[in-house]
Amino acid sequence: MSAVVVPVAANQAVTNPAVTNPAGTGPRASLERVFDPEIPVLTIGDLGVLRTVTVDQAGHVEVVITPTYSGCPAMDAIRDDIVTALATDGFTDVTVRTELAPAWSTDDITDRGRQRLREFGIAPPHAVRHEGPVPLTLGFSRRRTPSVVCPRCASSHTREISRFSSTACKAHYVCQACHEPFDYFKEL
Amino acid sequence: MTDPQVLAATRADRADYALRLGDDALVLSHRLAEWSSRAPQIEEDIALTNIGLDLLGQARALLTHAGTLEGDGRDEDDLAYLRSEHEFRCCLLVEQPTRDDFGLAIAVQLFFSAHQLPLYQALSQSTDTVLAGVANKGVKEARYHLEHAAEWTIRLGDGTELSHRRMQGALEAVWPLTGELFQADEMTARLVAAGVAADPAALRAPWDTTIDAVLTEATLTRPSGSVLAGTGRSGRHSEHLGYLLAEMQYLHRLHPGARW
Repeated sequence: MSAVVVPVAANQAVTNPAVTNPAGTGPRASLERVFDPEIPVLTIGDLGVLRTVTVDQAGHVEVVITPTYSGCPAMDAIRDDIVTALATDGFTDVTVRTELAPAWSTDDITDRGRQRLREFGIAPPHAVRHEGPVPLTLGFSRRRTPSVVCPRCASSHTREISRFSSTACKAHYVCQACHEPFDYFKEL
Repeated sequence: MTDPQVLAATRADRADYALRLGDDALVLSHRLAEWSSRAPQIEEDIALTNIGLDLLGQARALLTHAGTLEGDGRDEDDLAYLRSEHEFRCCLLVEQPTRDDFGLAIAVQLFFSAHQLPLYQALSQSTDTVLAGVANKGVKEARYHLEHAAEWTIRLGDGTELSHRRMQGALEAVWPLTGELFQADEMTARLVAAGVAADPAALRAPWDTTIDAVLTEATLTRPSGSVLAGTGRSGRHSEHLGYLLAEMQYLHRLHPGARW
């Protein structure tokens, strides 16, 4: 038996009464209140870890998410927050599924997400580099990352302190113009 | 045979293969976690433990997959915490204690991630779609891990006389254990034929290229000693694994089902 599945666009009101909560909004709107626990200015939609939200005729909501890194410790918290946000809006029949493929990329961070990162003091990631064999001929000691722009003073005169920062997804930089340290969201 | 038939026929082999990959990632992740608060600088503490966290994430997915294929109802925790040494399928390289010698930790990371990168690149085309998904995700992480290990190898090798000597010594110390990474057996042969596994022997050439490039830039010498026949895949381990498991499994065995 296959249920009819209707994709729900962002903020779209769901007309089928069986899948509408009292406020008349769809589950996608509820998920606008779910933020990444480690970067609390980004919604899971901004971050690109929210893949799809579907509702079947019986009102069952299925949410598909994908981890940023394999060992991302925030996944359990995100799953709980999704269930809580949906329950608050009257969606109680919910499944949250995790999918690994296609693998998440920092290219999945939305433009709004990039703007929010910058305002929060985190330099947003560059576009993902070429996938394929590691270009050994360039030498390992020479950095291939294009210059990172300071989110505070917009100078591109910055320096990497450490490849790994407060979370696996960020590198630690310092701006040599305004001397402020900041995080760079590593391209992946 | 069609794909579904191939996948059904290779179920037991695939469970064993996922266990090998999962155990490599799990045991090395534990070794890296041991560096927490012990690295030469705080950034390095964070780097090594973050690399360990990536590997732990890969291990969780791989062990879950192994448990599903095995079909006996064992989950990732059962496989990680309730097996004894002889039931582990990791290679000997990942179980070596490194926490008293940073150079040794870097040597293991260099040799392992230079192997894991082409391995995951190959596995991202596997006919086993779960394996392909884990590998496709892991390949991006392995690339960062390799860069990290390569940069430290170069910094230490091309550093002071002392750092050069110690890095060279670390490479020599674990070199005999690298042969196991490329060891094929009947099980891998069957899985390669089914399009599930990466051919271990085919990973040798890209590994050699990476290692030679890094060691040359680091002014280090490629060890020339012979490599040992590995026994980890059949469950015969060095004495170090038992101590590692004792620490890793203690809490779970004492308080079964304990949660944070």
